[in-house]
Amino acid sequence: MTDRDVIKVPLGPQHPALKEPGNFILSMKGELVTEMGVRLGYNHRGIEKACEQRSYLNDLYLLERICGICSHSHSTAYVQAVEEIAGIQVPPRGLYLRTLVAELERVHSHLLWLGVAGHEIGFDTLLMYSWRDREVVMDLLAALTGNRVNYGFNTIGGVRRDITDEQKLEVLKATDTLEERTKYYAELAGHETTLIKRLKDVGRLSKEDVLRLGVTGPTARASGVSRDVRKDDPYAVYADLDFEVITSDHCDVYGRTLVRVGELMQTYKMIRQLLTQLPDGAIAAKAPRKIPKGQAISRYEAPRGEDFHFVRGNGTDKPERVKVRAPTLVNMQAVSTMMKGGYLADMPITLAAIDPCFSCTDRMIELRDESDTACGEYSWPALRQLGISHHRALGIDFTELSKKLASRRDRV
Amino acid sequence: MALFYILVFPGFLFLIGFALAGEWLDRKLHALMQNRIGPPWFQPLADIIKLSAKEDTVPNGADRTIFKLMPMLALTATVVAVLYVPLWSKNALNSFPGDLIVVLYLLTIPTLTFFLGGWFSRSIYSLIGAARALTQLFAYEIPLLLSVLAPAMLANSWSISEISAFYAQRWYLTPVNIIGFVVAMVALLGKLERVPFDIPEAETEIVAGSFTEYSGRLLGLFRLCVDVEMIVGASLIAAIFLPFGLGAPAWLAFILYLVKVEGLIFLISFMRTIMARLRIDQMVDFCWKILAPVAFVQLVLNLVLKGVVQ
Repeated sequence: MTDRDVIKVPLGPQHPALKEPGNFILSMKGELVTEMGVRLGYNHRGIEKACEQRSYLNDLYLLERICGICSHSHSTAYVQAVEEIAGIQVPPRGLYLRTLVAELERVHSHLLWLGVAGHEIGFDTLLMYSWRDREVVMDLLAALTGNRVNYGFNTIGGVRRDITDEQKLEVLKATDTLEERTKYYAELAGHETTLIKRLKDVGRLSKEDVLRLGVTGPTARASGVSRDVRKDDPYAVYADLDFEVITSDHCDVYGRTLVRVGELMQTYKMIRQLLTQLPDGAIAAKAPRKIPKGQAISRYEAPRGEDFHFVRGNGTDKPERVKVRAPTLVNMQAVSTMMKGGYLADMPITLAAIDPCFSCTDRMIELRDESDTACGEYSWPALRQLGISHHRALGIDFTELSKKLASRRDRV
Repeated sequence: MALFYILVFPGFLFLIGFALAGEWLDRKLHALMQNRIGPPWFQPLADIIKLSAKEDTVPNGADRTIFKLMPMLALTATVVAVLYVPLWSKNALNSFPGDLIVVLYLLTIPTLTFFLGGWFSRSIYSLIGAARALTQLFAYEIPLLLSVLAPAMLANSWSISEISAFYAQRWYLTPVNIIGFVVAMVALLGKLERVPFDIPEAETEIVAGSFTEYSGRLLGLFRLCVDVEMIVGASLIAAIFLPFGLGAPAWLAFILYLVKVEGLIFLISFMRTIMARLRIDQMVDFCWKILAPVAFVQLVLNLVLKGVVQ
């Protein structure tokens, strides 16, 4: 194969198949993909660093905005770590409500995925249907928490809103509707010929590769690896709930679809259990403003896989370090393995099958020259100075403006 | 009078109007089946007007002449094809022995223009789309030809008007061609690049395939061409496989014709509602391993039947 035979097709940063910016360079021979290069980082927002400047409570709302789909995952993972450091006992009712919203979030995330998957293989009807049904759970989340996304439901020490008996009935009613619709999708996935043709044997990832690459979430479970934090290392109230970890031995995109639809059915079961077992009592414990010195890790099973947070406190009201590892980061590495030898046409669905969330994952990687020994940490003022001089070199200078602003401030 | 026939009714103007109405019907039905509201009736026309008001851009490095010529050639070919297809009477506007082949040939031209237009756009997505369009052409064209060949054999004519007239007189022979009808419908989906065969313009893979670099009037012409192609294709299938009510009074035959074409459009939207897009290798496999043999069965059946009838 000479270079002339290989064409390079860029997928992104702007591409109809991608909902967020990411760049994938496919080396192709005809319709077959021989190699794939991944480039992320278009969405880097420096949230981890920003957390060090804000109080623990403010960080909660900032971290919730890491992801628009699994916002509750990030806030819960963070809050659990902070509660562990501070030694706060969350009242049981608070934990139950936290879990309830977590599972409702899983429903909306998986239904969203189902629609996206349908769109990627040109099956727009599935997109329209599953997103219509997703509205049911979105409305429910809005009724319970006040928001459709970025719920703002968690607080350090518990949750912020209680649930009424009428809302309980509403949730149960909606769960019945959703369960019925999900059964329909499960049946569809088992019968629709073109759907099966496009999903079966696409993006294969063997069990060995899953273990080697440390893949998490439904992607791992679809390759027969029973890996679920809710079961392996129960947090919140998952230890009290009766549910199964859904796995599949298909090892392909079809398996990932079946796992997600199966998980939806388990989630409905869990929602009913949560509501019947819901204990009375307070929904939140009082949390101190200053969190003592200490560090903690927190694991959380987000809809996309294991979400991992690390928090280190230094005794003030601001954390010293917050570290987030979203599930997409580990799963993304498996995509290259899945893609090798595949068709161009299967690329969008293979990528979508890990349910990627680039904004969760994006971080900055600096490649250093080995001979360059000038290596160290920037302090906040040094970082600010670096930013100013960088922009000055580009011809963007705010000296005049800041002087003007300063003088105006003085006058006031 | 001939000029009126060609330019106004049932020629160019009527055809464009009907094509836009057909596109609206397709989109509306598709939307309703998908639980959406769908566009208002004037949406396709509004789209064309909007597109024609926009600037035409030709990408750097593209062949200007071919890039600009292809949309016009595509529309011309499809509009000319309608002259040889009997719409609601037994006779087409123009007819000669062998016009069946000419119509099929004219309907192939748009696909070739998609290929050339995409190929000379010099965009990577257009290149892949163009290659796919041509690959797909080789897959569906043979089954389509075979499926219309079988009724022609039985009618002993190469003229669409004569075939239509033959079956209109012997309506009991029409159900014989049911296999050919199904094959022709599936092949038409491939020709129109509709789901499950919208592989050359698969949005999530190659943006818009051959049309990626097209904009403004040129894109409008291509869109119009696809709409007209749908009407001409549906009319051709209606003329050969559903030749009912051709002898009725003109107004009734006209309404019957509209009903037939709209029924076929409904079938097309239904198919694209219930299916996912196939991969190009699956599409070629399907056309050669299933569709073409099935079309052959129809051919053999009609040959045997012809022997029996005579």
